[in-house]
Amino acid sequence: MGFFQYAWTILPHLLQGVQITLLMTAISMSVAAVLALLLALGKMYGSSPIRWFCSAYIEFFRGTPLLAQLFIVYYGLPVAGINFDSFTAAVITFGLNSGAYQAEYLRGAIQSIEAGQVEAARSVGMSFITAMWKIVLPQAFRRVIPPWSNDVIYTLKYTSVAFMIGAHELTSQAKIVAGEYFRFTESFMVAGIIYLIMVYIFSRSLGVMEKRLKIPGFEMRE
Amino acid sequence: MTAVLKVENIRKSYPSEGEVLRGISLNLNKGETKVIVGPSGTGKSTLLRCINRLTEPDSGKVWLSGEEVTRAGNPDRFRPKIGFVFQHFNLFHHLSALKNVTVGLTSVQGLKKDKAERKGRESLEVVGLSDQADSYPAELSGGQKQRVGIARAMAMDPELILFDEPTSALDPELIGEVLEVMIDLAKKGMTSLVVTHEIGFANSVANEIIFLDGGVVLEKGPPEEVLRNPKEERTKQFLHKITELYGE
Repeated sequence: MGFFQYAWTILPHLLQGVQITLLMTAISMSVAAVLALLLALGKMYGSSPIRWFCSAYIEFFRGTPLLAQLFIVYYGLPVAGINFDSFTAAVITFGLNSGAYQAEYLRGAIQSIEAGQVEAARSVGMSFITAMWKIVLPQAFRRVIPPWSNDVIYTLKYTSVAFMIGAHELTSQAKIVAGEYFRFTESFMVAGIIYLIMVYIFSRSLGVMEKRLKIPGFEMRE
Repeated sequence: MTAVLKVENIRKSYPSEGEVLRGISLNLNKGETKVIVGPSGTGKSTLLRCINRLTEPDSGKVWLSGEEVTRAGNPDRFRPKIGFVFQHFNLFHHLSALKNVTVGLTSVQGLKKDKAERKGRESLEVVGLSDQADSYPAELSGGQKQRVGIARAMAMDPELILFDEPTSALDPELIGEVLEVMIDLAKKGMTSLVVTHEIGFANSVANEIIFLDGGVVLEKGPPEEVLRNPKEERTKQFLHKITELYGE
């Protein structure tokens, strides 16, 4: 069986993994986005215990290996009586992890909006929260699209780590078929190509989104 | 008659600069335009910012039509009534000219979208920018930006407008269009307090010129008095310099 024939044979199995990979990425990125907003605002405007907590959280998740975090959630928490299946554990870990990174991007973006914007908003009578919501965040979100899209791509690939806890995403499916047919190089090559295609489609659609949200003179890439 | 604006003994100091405002008082009746002049660093902008509490004064009181602004726990409800026009425009970058004007109407005054738009278009018309409603700030010239800034303040139906050096960030050939709008507003009876170096503007529309130096009101009076026969030596020097720079 030649490479292409083999690739064709294993494709259905791999596509099952693709579904899981995409679902994992989508859910964990949604968790991360909400978390990032809370962490960034907490770190910038919270009372000092909140600021401290947000900083500690960010430092912890950026400073320890993703795999270690995944193991803690999957193998460590059951010791405390909290059990997750492998998919849920993976989604939680990737969400918590990416949230820490995204919080820092968002904080940078918020800080890049000049103080004059908030002052003008306050001067027409907006509360601080309204000023954030209507004026600062819409601008900050636009600026944060490029770094966030990088993080989505990282996460899409990092989901492969979830094979270590037996989640049936793309890499783990590739490993299973590779073992069945005893053709490791080719199996992972096909999986690699699929990752490549996913990332390509993804970054193209983000480019489109960036263009559609573009505003004259408002630079997204600084 | 209650003054629209009454400022009493405002003081403000900063750790780095010491006391910037050392007890400023002034009154503004309905329809009056008063112009504050003075060398830079004498707290002119700080004074305006203390009036709508973008900066909190250390002490002193501000009343708006008899209500004390400085006593309110939250100044938000006063701010729409005190229009503020910024030196650097501070237009919302991500919103069209029209949205810049209407965002306050919808999110602060709770107007419906169509009503806010109608009002926003009216304000843009007053400043002569009806045709630029859909332009974004980056697509406008400095003069146009500042006119949008004025429209944004006006749309809220303020009781007075504070102008913080509205033309100092503009190229000389763009200053005229902004001053024209301001003169027009003054003639229509808008109460305004203007910090500016435009002596010509002060001369033609101001009811009173207030000369600020070293954090105190050094001299004040109608333009013909302060501009033609300043009492204080310091005022004379300053006016001389300003006329050299800006012409009359």
